[in-house]
Amino acid sequence: MTCESWQQKIDAYLDAELPEAETRELDAHLRTCTSCSSQALTRSELKRSIHLAGKKFVPDPEFRKRIQSSISPQTSGRRWGWIVEVGIACAAVVLVIFGSLVWVRQSQRQQLVGELTDLHVATLASANRVDVVSSDRHTVKPWFQGKVPFTFNVPELQGSPFELVGGKMTYLDQNPGAELLFTVRKHVLSVFIFKDSPELDRALGSGELMRKLSFNIESWTEGGLRFLIITDATRSDIDDLRARFVQAAR
Amino acid sequence: MALDRDKANEFEQLSMPLFASLYNLAQWLTQDRGEAEDLVQESYAKALKGFGSFQPGTNFRAWMYRILRNTFLTSRTGLKAARTVSLEDEDDPQSVSPSTTETPESILLARADQDAIQAALQQLPVAFREIILLCDVEEMSYREIAEALTIPIGTVMSRLARARKAMRGLLAGVQGVQR
Repeated sequence: MTCESWQQKIDAYLDAELPEAETRELDAHLRTCTSCSSQALTRSELKRSIHLAGKKFVPDPEFRKRIQSSISPQTSGRRWGWIVEVGIACAAVVLVIFGSLVWVRQSQRQQLVGELTDLHVATLASANRVDVVSSDRHTVKPWFQGKVPFTFNVPELQGSPFELVGGKMTYLDQNPGAELLFTVRKHVLSVFIFKDSPELDRALGSGELMRKLSFNIESWTEGGLRFLIITDATRSDIDDLRARFVQAAR
Repeated sequence: MALDRDKANEFEQLSMPLFASLYNLAQWLTQDRGEAEDLVQESYAKALKGFGSFQPGTNFRAWMYRILRNTFLTSRTGLKAARTVSLEDEDDPQSVSPSTTETPESILLARADQDAIQAALQQLPVAFREIILLCDVEEMSYREIAEALTIPIGTVMSRLARARKAMRGLLAGVQGVQR
């Protein structure tokens, strides 16, 4: 091989890219050829110089930090963390608002139930428990005409353990309503009927059995009317009477 | 598509050790600190986004450099630089004859002057500058360079030979002027 051919391979030789066999051959040639070894030395020196001179530009440490934070999952975690924190804060606010609403609703409910219980107790304590005394539903119902701004059906009680005692007008939160009195095995039941309102609906809900001063209380709505039964009778008696009112209303 | 946490961690661990090299290459390519920072930032963003498609076991350094280089080539400076060099006949390594214009002495004298080498590198067309930087500064193998520049190994060899010849020519010229 001529020196010119060898010199074409010197770069690959210095870059450690020459095949092993050719590397050995070129090694041997360089030991005997001054011209080629001088060329190889020159190129090797230049390669080393470029290696040093080429590392010229050093990035700004602030720039490094910027890049690092732009790709770091920790940073993105922190970014998400911030969102999560805001989310938790929002959830906490929503919870507080919701909790307050529940508390307000609970206290309204307690207040209403307390008031109705008082009315029932007052009726029990009264010498004249009702203003219209009759076990006949066809007497009691018409009595309320013109007295309350609604009408309602009194259930048929024949063959049932319930007896109608009578009724009277009552007021709840300045709204007129009807209070019907029934007995079942010596227990007295007051059935309050009012025109339903969003306030009553929010405070009392529907179909929930409540207790106040050991009285059982159940409330429901039917045909735009709010019904409430308060008694010391059993749950099954309440359910029975309720079912009769529901049936009578349809 | 966002990377999951493990994948993003892996990217950070692989890419940050290359940061200084990539920045150095970026500034050699753009010749401007601000543009170099933009180039590195854009390349990291692209690489992070595309890391999901990176094939494990392949050369990450070459992959990163390829992204940086492609980003540069599509930039305004890169497009301008691409017009300044002719790469014809570069697939034929025999087309590069050993330079006879420089003498060993002149090169050795130039070696002492880092500024002369840096000035020569700066004068080289981008295609020559980058291949010399990848080979001599980054010490990439021909295979890695081929991956980074997406060219065959034969082209790496011929382009490198032409680039070095041009470099030697520039240094010899500098030396001539100094004399």
